[in-house]
Amino acid sequence: MATIASTEPNETSGRARSGGLRLPPRSLVAYLQATPLLLILGFFFILPILTIIVVSFWDYDFAGLYPDFLAMNYADTLGSWVTWKTYLNTLKFTAITWALTLVIGFWVAYFLAFHIRTTTMQMVLFLVCTVPFLTSNIIRMISWIPVLGRNGLVNSTLVQLGIIPQPIEWLLYSDFAVVLAMVHLNTLFMVTPIFNTLIRIDRSLIEAARDCGATGWQVLWNVILPLAKPGMAIGSIFVVTLVMADFSTVQVMSGGQSASVALMMKNQMSLLQYPAAAANAVVLLIVVLLMVAAILSVVDIRKEL
Amino acid sequence: MSKAAEIDIASVSKVYGTTTAVHAISLKIPAGSYCCFLGPSGCGKTSTLRMIAGHESISSGDIRLGNVVVTDFPPAKRGTAMMFQSYALFPHLDLVDNVAFSLKMKGVEKDERRAKGLEMLTLMQMGAYAARRPTQLSGGQQQRVALARALITDPEALLLDEPLSALDPFLKIRMRAELKKLQKTLGITFVHVTHSQEEAMALADLVVIMNNGRIEQAAPPRTVFEKPATAFVARFMGDHNVLSGRVAAIDNDIVTLTAPEGQTFTVRDIAQEVGKPIDIGIRTDRVRLEPASERSLGFQGVVSNVEYRGASVKITVIGAGSDDFTVVVSDADYFRRPVSVGDAVSLSWALEDVIPLGRLSA
Repeated sequence: MATIASTEPNETSGRARSGGLRLPPRSLVAYLQATPLLLILGFFFILPILTIIVVSFWDYDFAGLYPDFLAMNYADTLGSWVTWKTYLNTLKFTAITWALTLVIGFWVAYFLAFHIRTTTMQMVLFLVCTVPFLTSNIIRMISWIPVLGRNGLVNSTLVQLGIIPQPIEWLLYSDFAVVLAMVHLNTLFMVTPIFNTLIRIDRSLIEAARDCGATGWQVLWNVILPLAKPGMAIGSIFVVTLVMADFSTVQVMSGGQSASVALMMKNQMSLLQYPAAAANAVVLLIVVLLMVAAILSVVDIRKEL
Repeated sequence: MSKAAEIDIASVSKVYGTTTAVHAISLKIPAGSYCCFLGPSGCGKTSTLRMIAGHESISSGDIRLGNVVVTDFPPAKRGTAMMFQSYALFPHLDLVDNVAFSLKMKGVEKDERRAKGLEMLTLMQMGAYAARRPTQLSGGQQQRVALARALITDPEALLLDEPLSALDPFLKIRMRAELKKLQKTLGITFVHVTHSQEEAMALADLVVIMNNGRIEQAAPPRTVFEKPATAFVARFMGDHNVLSGRVAAIDNDIVTLTAPEGQTFTVRDIAQEVGKPIDIGIRTDRVRLEPASERSLGFQGVVSNVEYRGASVKITVIGAGSDDFTVVVSDADYFRRPVSVGDAVSLSWALEDVIPLGRLSA
């Protein structure tokens, strides 16, 4: 008690002294420090979104945009069965990609975190995972074409080995190809946060579980998986938002046979139907935000941040 | 509770790659005793504990618990339970589920295991906190939960890895008393790893002092204090001064040795050879600040440090080949004839207070 009593006056006198130097109040300094970020976010994030929301209520025809306040764009978007079908298709891609990246991402991260003994090797292998990201999304996607095509690597190998009599048609320009490319492009976004949570799990927890008689699977199910949940949630947010907003993968890999919400918007924009695309964007934004909210309500990720 | 088990460690070694952490140690820990492994960090005490627990493989040798050789058993099959240094409580589970974890692993029904978990928590006086998560607890409370989790498996031996090191000094002493009481009540074997001499002396029935992967001495605390087996034990326990020299003469059972600086000392010892190196220990609280009656029971030195400790004063003296020869005198004696740094002083002791110190043969 004596020490606490003696330090307190010191602290107040220290504060009084810094006041004597005529520094601006602490709260003002904090606001000043936050200003650059606020400006950047304001100009490049909040302003565009506000613009989109405003434009989504405007009127338009083939020639121009007319400032107005109409619910027409929303009525058109939500009233069309094409929209609903496209959303359903996008949600299907999202669900499949999410499930696959989660499973693959978890096992890759688990292998890196628990089976690689040295930190150096962990980092080396983790960097190897990121190597594909040194090329652009589009190039990585397009490079699937010679692999999956009718006379591509897979088909010609299988035919030459005599496993199949003729090339498989659904390898390329199909939902399969879309999901394959999406999983390929997005698994790393799952690996990274899960790896990050797994390497922070105290190894003595696993020993304690073993001491309590847990088998390998029981340790995985009762200790590692629950503790990896925040990483899985963060990875899920990445994957879900990226796949929901994807248009290039769907366009290239389905060969134009499948649609996604973002692809629908792109088409509307190429027809200069900006307000319709804006309304669509607002709806998509709300849907994605609801999905993120759902993920956050299931898993508490605050520990990770 | 279950009956206690004797732990028999038979020439157990632990080799990591090219380094040997534990050198073929052998030790019998009697059933129902409180055993403390004591030593500086890296001495192999934790490796030994982890080998008993089954969290570390045994490179060679065997460990027996009761009548069962457990060398190749997984941790949970050994009848031991371990309490980890950081307690290793599961952060995602509440206290009841933490305590009942091993029951869940055995497939006990949820209601039954939660009831048992709560019962165990209540036994450890933590019943009121049952719904909390481990992070919401203080260090002492976490320790109680970790104890409850370890004891719910009904172990024959409880293994504690530096259980008190995370606590503040006051709590340390309180939890120490609780551990001792718990061991007495349960009657099971406790094996406790610590680097604190005070902790080991206060708790143990059997103190095992390790250094460089070898056991220097395994004995009751009183023996360790009064008859340290080696120079390392005497230095590590801190209550003895160690003087080294070579045997100069043997007269009956009185051995005379010569220190590097030329002084001679005598000690009652047997089976020595002239010319061999020898270490002797002298209790710090038995050294007097007065000229010796016999030349070989004292020396002249220079005071290098004086520490006031309340009831006693610790004086450090340089001389006779030792630069930290320690004298502990009562405060009354000290203030009757105070000395200060730089003073030349005469030190003396009685022949009964000199102990011959052995050397490890290995």
